[in-house]
Amino acid sequence: MSWLTNFYRSAVGKKAVMAVTGVFLFGWIFAHMVGNLKLYLGAEHLNEYAKWLRVMGSPAMPNSSLLWLARAALVVATWLHVQAATQLTLMNRAARPIAYGEREYPAATYAARTMRWGGVIIILFVIYHLLHLTLGVHVNPAPFIEGDPYHNVVAGFQIWWVSAFYIIANLALGLHLYHGLWSMFQSLGLNTPKFNAWRRNFATAFAAIITAANISFPLAVMLGFVR
Amino acid sequence: MNLTLHVWRQKARNTTGQFVTYKATDVSPDASFLEMLDVVNETLIEKGEEPILFEHDCREGICGSCGMMINGVAHGPIGGTATCQLHMRHFKDGDNIRIEPWRARAFPVIKDLVVDRGSLDRIIQAGGYISVNTGNAPEANMILVPKAVQELSMDAAACIQCGACVAQCPNGAAQLFTSAKVAHLGVLPQGQPERYERVVKMVEVMEEMFGSCTNYGECEAVCPKEISIDFIARMNRDYLVAQFRGPRSTILPPLFNTEEELVTNET
Ligand code: HEM
Ligand code: FES
Repeated sequence: MSWLTNFYRSAVGKKAVMAVTGVFLFGWIFAHMVGNLKLYLGAEHLNEYAKWLRVMGSPAMPNSSLLWLARAALVVATWLHVQAATQLTLMNRAARPIAYGEREYPAATYAARTMRWGGVIIILFVIYHLLHLTLGVHVNPAPFIEGDPYHNVVAGFQIWWVSAFYIIANLALGLHLYHGLWSMFQSLGLNTPKFNAWRRNFATAFAAIITAANISFPLAVMLGFVR
Repeated sequence: MNLTLHVWRQKARNTTGQFVTYKATDVSPDASFLEMLDVVNETLIEKGEEPILFEHDCREGICGSCGMMINGVAHGPIGGTATCQLHMRHFKDGDNIRIEPWRARAFPVIKDLVVDRGSLDRIIQAGGYISVNTGNAPEANMILVPKAVQELSMDAAACIQCGACVAQCPNGAAQLFTSAKVAHLGVLPQGQPERYERVVKMVEVMEEMFGSCTNYGECEAVCPKEISIDFIARMNRDYLVAQFRGPRSTILPPLFNTEEELVTNET
């Protein structure tokens, strides 16, 4: 296995790990968004879906086992993604100890330049979000009812600053995906003349879809479409 | 035209430097950037001051020695040119111009605008060659190379090792340079025997000194030879293939064969 540690020790290897974990997290966040669209079908549908998440995989596997498997994979992926990002950031800072007196960015997008702070906003938000809607910790004044996610989501988003934080975090996620979903192709060496034009379109489309759908939830609650 | 220059002056390695302001008067729009500095230096010499030291040789964009940051962009505001090919007509009368050396841990300043780019040579020494027995030169047409592959190799071989990619990269990474040097050999038949060994060795040495790639694309934008970041993806791919397949890499075909695809696209 020493080649694997060598591989992860290299920055090119770390970027490949970031790309693979990034795609996994993206796949998950896409599924999460699609599932949450059930908010628009009403309380029954969303709560039914939430219950299904707990029994998915059964009877082949015990209840909740697949859910816990998914959670474990998410924790591992997030850990690797953040660890690699941190180590690479330190490596990059060290590579230019003296900053320029003046510098321009002829090519780097705003999204590319905010990957690090965007990532920090996302992780802080994820922690808050889990405390709020998964664990039911009172991180805001909204009442929490175990087993009634529809109520919990609506009650939460009726508080303006809960919605505001959610919207900001999702804008950060959108920017992160706008660069990340393109960047991962480069990191994994997926670059061929026929396919290249699609990489940018893919990243733009999925960043936009995920951000727009996610942001629609608090907006719908605040505007009274969902109550 | 008349310009105000803010130039980094530094006496030697490991000393602190600072920006010093100079007036450049009656600058001809037809002068190159280096000629403009030559004129400023003459006035400095006449006044008995130290001239501004900058590196230069060919003055036609092929030696790669003249790099400097001009208003925060490597080789200045015009893409696809080295500083020596940048002409003063791209500036306006009354402009302020800030001139700074490349900044990277791997490029220590020797004096004023001159940096030591020797760390790029170390990357080449690690694997930027092919091993052949000396003796009679082989017949050139023994190994046929498709035109599309020749051109791909030449696109990478256009690199003049100026260091602008490192200088412009917010991470101080040398990915564009290294990937061009990996690719100009790695796409040719003569480069195949050492293809995977080469990429691992060169990446290893590169990472000892430089930052890592975040795919900003800044390097490609300032490269005087307009080398594409496609080569960076190719280097990543070869590196991954080499690590995952180990020593067998050379006898197995690569996962994605862009050379072949190029050829089939052409025909
Ligand atoms: C839902 C969560 C996330 C998703 C879907 C995601 C996705 C991605 C993807 C696809 C990439 C591109 C990888 C590459 O260029 O090869 C990336 C890069 C990056 N991510 Fe994330 N990420 C997430 C969370 C985070 C978090 C929590 C952090 C940090 C605290 C973070 C920091 C970064 C950084 C710094 C990069 C750029 C790395 C580089 O190019 O060197 N990400 N992300
Ligand atoms: S002096 Fe040779 S490239 Fe500019």
